[in-house]
Amino acid sequence: MRKEKPLSVEEERNPRLEEQLSVFVENKIGRIHEVVQVLGAEGINMQAFSLAENVDFGILRLIVSDVPKAVEALRAAHLAVKRTAVLCLDCADRPGALAEVMQRLAEREIFVEYMYAFARNEEALVVIKPRDIEACRAALDNWQAKP
Amino acid sequence: MIWNTHKECMSADEKHNLQSERLRKLVSRVYHATPFYRRKMQEMDITPDDIRSIEDIVKLPFTTKQDFRDNYPYGLFAVPMSEIVRLHASSGTTGKPTVVGYTRRDLSVWSESIARCLSAFGTDRNDIFSVAYGYGLFTGGLGIHYGIEHLGATVIPASSGNTGKQIQLMHDFGSTALACTPSYALYIAETMQKTGIPRSEFRLRTGIFGAEPWTESMRREIENKLGIDAYNIYGLSEVMGPGVSHECACKNGSHIVDDHFYPEIIDPETLKRLPDGEQGELVFTTLSKEGLPLLRYRTKDLCSLHSEACPCGRSSVRMSPIAGRSDDMLIIRGVNVFPSQIESVILDIDELEAHYQLIVERRNKLDNLEIQVEVKEGYYSDEIGKILELKKKVASRLHSVLGLSCDIKLVEPNTLARSEGKAQRVIDKRKY
Repeated sequence: MRKEKPLSVEEERNPRLEEQLSVFVENKIGRIHEVVQVLGAEGINMQAFSLAENVDFGILRLIVSDVPKAVEALRAAHLAVKRTAVLCLDCADRPGALAEVMQRLAEREIFVEYMYAFARNEEALVVIKPRDIEACRAALDNWQAKP
Repeated sequence: MIWNTHKECMSADEKHNLQSERLRKLVSRVYHATPFYRRKMQEMDITPDDIRSIEDIVKLPFTTKQDFRDNYPYGLFAVPMSEIVRLHASSGTTGKPTVVGYTRRDLSVWSESIARCLSAFGTDRNDIFSVAYGYGLFTGGLGIHYGIEHLGATVIPASSGNTGKQIQLMHDFGSTALACTPSYALYIAETMQKTGIPRSEFRLRTGIFGAEPWTESMRREIENKLGIDAYNIYGLSEVMGPGVSHECACKNGSHIVDDHFYPEIIDPETLKRLPDGEQGELVFTTLSKEGLPLLRYRTKDLCSLHSEACPCGRSSVRMSPIAGRSDDMLIIRGVNVFPSQIESVILDIDELEAHYQLIVERRNKLDNLEIQVEVKEGYYSDEIGKILELKKKVASRLHSVLGLSCDIKLVEPNTLARSEGKAQRVIDKRKY
């Protein structure tokens, strides 16, 4: 998944700091389709996607291949976009792997506001929004994503 | 039954003389006691001597809600505060409420007017009234309350809300009459059906409904569902409160208590008086009020006047049901709401754009006001909790200004119509 992005120093660390996009959407049929269509038309790929929902609105959270381009496209489509720093952690896709991550965070008293995860081919991507991003990064620095 | 045959069934001559005499006294009183009116009359180059009979009323200046605002809080009062025994307040067009004051005698005229209404509805001292109008600053609750006592009947001051308890009280205390807004009556009717208590266990037979406009079809629905006779009572706090006019058994327009409240219909554009039968804006002059006498107060309610004889025997002028408003005021669950009030709250909240849309509908028989607002780009949060917090803040600010809870809906940026000329800010989906 990551290989689509140009390599940087940040890329080699695990977890790595990413900018997540949050898009405010009203709960209307077809609305999510409209948002993702905007990104698709611009050739922007989504690496992670999650929807937090409420009675009358939702927040789409996205990790995309090209942040500035995505922000520009979404704003041009009159959408409210917010950029938020999150940590993306590569993690093994096996029973107990996430428990090890969370145990480490619990021991260091890191408060997690929300998180979501994806697994594919024995590898998993975990997106974490901690209250204190630096402390969380330190807690998980050089996490070994071994199967 | 007619409460005050002497006053309610006067001949045209007697009425003309009484109204003329009261108008002369009123004009002389406000000219000397209220700087606001003296200045207005001086500007129009008239003195109390120019007013000889009720026909001369057209020479007098109008009063508007804006005048209340400009003279907030007591500027329009015509007596010292030591004479005022009660204050009430209703919505103003923005921030400040409209304040009204009553002398002891004003309160007794009010009670007399309501006793006349209640008699016209066929109720008397043997009746037990559940008053489910709000008590407090709103004139509905306390106004009707003292009128019922004046009639000599029994009053249950239940106030509004807590429908389950209302029904229990009506059942256990044997209420024979219910006073509330027509839409709340419908809600009570539905809730009553759900309780499963048979109708035969209720003694209810009369409904006294007002504070919001309603139609014949709504009357039929209420009468069928509650198994009662439903009557309209009309009023507004500036003029007095409920009891300015009322229906009789003929249910053919509302009789205006016109020995105290003199009605006219004007064209809201030209301000010229219109003849009987023509629809226009209703204007009242308070012929006998002491605390807050008003000359030609523009109610903004649209209706027509009819003075043909009514089979009930009352000789007072009748007004048609209210057909609408000549301004943008909304009446929601009996509470007067001006879009301008909402706008001023929204403009005061940094996080919101200056655009909004109001959607009024009837949900489950009750009026519901939804206010759609846009959040400024920079204030959107990534966290649901923060957005909900903002929503709550907007709702509570609006509640404190409107005295009404409403639904706040945050919408995506640039989705609400921009105010180019006349943006349609209000969508009223209610069918009266």
